[in-house]
Amino acid sequence: MSSLGELRNLAVRRPKGGPRVKERHPDDKAAYLFLLPWLLGLVGLTIGPMIASLYLSFTEYNLFQPPVWTGLDNFAAMFGDGRFWNSFRVTVVYVLVGVPIQLALALALAMLLDKGMRGLSFYRSLFYLPSLMGGSVAIAILWRQVFGKEGLVNGVLAWFGVDGPGWIGHPDFALGTLVILNVWTFGSPMVIFLAGLRQIPEAFYEAASIDGAGRVRKFLSITLPLLTPIIFFNVVLQIIFSFQAFTQAYVVSGGTGGPADATMFYTLLLYKEAFTELDMGYASAMAWFLVLVVAAFTAGNFWLSKYWVFYDD
Amino acid sequence: MTTDTAIPAESRAPQRRRRGGSGGRTLRSIGKHTMLAAFSAIMIYPLIWLLVSSFKPNSEIFRDLSVFTTDLTVENYANGWDDLQFPFGVFIVNSSLIAFGAIVGNLFSCSLAAYAFARLRFRGRRPLFAIMLGSIMLPFQVLMVPQFIIFKELGWLNTVLPLIAPKFLATEAFFVFLMVQFIRNLPKELFEAARIDGAGHFRSFFQITLPLIVPALATTAIFTFIWTWGDFFGPLVYLRLPETWPVSLALKGFLDAQSSSDYGSMFAMSVVSLLPMFLVFLLGQRFLIKGVATTGIK
Repeated sequence: MSSLGELRNLAVRRPKGGPRVKERHPDDKAAYLFLLPWLLGLVGLTIGPMIASLYLSFTEYNLFQPPVWTGLDNFAAMFGDGRFWNSFRVTVVYVLVGVPIQLALALALAMLLDKGMRGLSFYRSLFYLPSLMGGSVAIAILWRQVFGKEGLVNGVLAWFGVDGPGWIGHPDFALGTLVILNVWTFGSPMVIFLAGLRQIPEAFYEAASIDGAGRVRKFLSITLPLLTPIIFFNVVLQIIFSFQAFTQAYVVSGGTGGPADATMFYTLLLYKEAFTELDMGYASAMAWFLVLVVAAFTAGNFWLSKYWVFYDD
Repeated sequence: MTTDTAIPAESRAPQRRRRGGSGGRTLRSIGKHTMLAAFSAIMIYPLIWLLVSSFKPNSEIFRDLSVFTTDLTVENYANGWDDLQFPFGVFIVNSSLIAFGAIVGNLFSCSLAAYAFARLRFRGRRPLFAIMLGSIMLPFQVLMVPQFIIFKELGWLNTVLPLIAPKFLATEAFFVFLMVQFIRNLPKELFEAARIDGAGHFRSFFQITLPLIVPALATTAIFTFIWTWGDFFGPLVYLRLPETWPVSLALKGFLDAQSSSDYGSMFAMSVVSLLPMFLVFLLGQRFLIKGVATTGIK
């Protein structure tokens, strides 16, 4: 079961009512010893920093002088800053365009590859490879050339007599090249879909065949409903991770977020505020706003899931 | 249990195929394979182009975009290796160090935590487990500034420690979850037998659990390698001195320095940086794909 499924179970399946059986904890001592490294990390590197950055978001802090409490100034400055809203818009477009295309492609190929076809494992590996490498600097460098003025894409367009622009350097297309790069890494959700397809009992399809259902009907009435928990899981996680995309935008734009801030991702602006401008308070405010946005998207997804995700429990 | 569900997934498909048999089937199958082959070619072409271009003279790379050429040279590799302030080998050693430290750290800390979550009954298990799962989804940007301050105060800037030490504290909860899944599926009887024989939790961890979760440990090691080898953000924040750079920052150095438009050597070093990832992928793809399928994270 997926991590998200587990979380859902923890939330949904509360301890049953009735006289509460007292849980026994025979392993307390050993357990906390085993958990010691994780607990230290949780307190020192996760919860502590979360609180610290919440505090810093209400201060002005440049690493060298002690933080000065400024109340909501950072947030006011942020919400009044056109550059902030631009980075927010760019990121939301990247997420809302890229994630659905990536997942649709992943699902389509998983469907195509399912049914134990010959060469399944070869194709699966081949399609998975970009997922592994897609986040690396080398691939971002490659992308700059593929979508450059004299790159591969324009080389293909030239066959058709089209003189393509320098996609990376064009404000209208630069973001699109990053969306395509994200779509290119559809392999990992595809592998998850493939695993999900394997879980659907063959008996369902047999019963449907006896009732005279065709391929389309089987897909719509069996495959798709039974796959919805996995689609949901992929949607939630890909949205969360896409909001945090950084390396590709940084490298493809040469660290500028350009042209004309067209690829100035939220995380890129945040990084610049923190480590170029040394405005740690403002960066912390941005980070907390990001957490709230991601949480809102996730909560929205859970709320919407009531209407389309099918759980058989 | 019905026979249907007992048939493993791989073997059930041919049966279905036989039932639906008709003349159109072969045609459809040919169509499908053609489509897949064409799609694969488009997807993989950029990678092959990168590889071939890294062996082409600079003047040829953009003049001829095809991958069919006889005019090959290793000159780019020789040039690229020494193009930056330090030979590329230095960056490879730095990346290897970070990857090695991260792997050891993740194996150590995540397996301990996973054992507790999967096998032990203790106060606060449910909420702690939920926190652990939730932390996978927490945007790291919210931790970035305070963690930077901590490591700066410790005097760890321009060392690999900020990239390695957190792994010894199981900060990559994804791997804890992966191992929990694995340990839960081990037969309970083993642990009971060990307990009856007088083994405590530490023996049961070292002598029973660890040897049995080797596949999960391998998956963890492989993913950790690929993520840390390719990681850009952590090094960008913590490693400012060129002699401390891993390959990811060195490649960025190529971009920054690129006035001469020496694409050949940049491509050559890109290939060098991808090669270890590719080899690990080839050797460990079974573990990788299983890991993705069971935890649902790339």
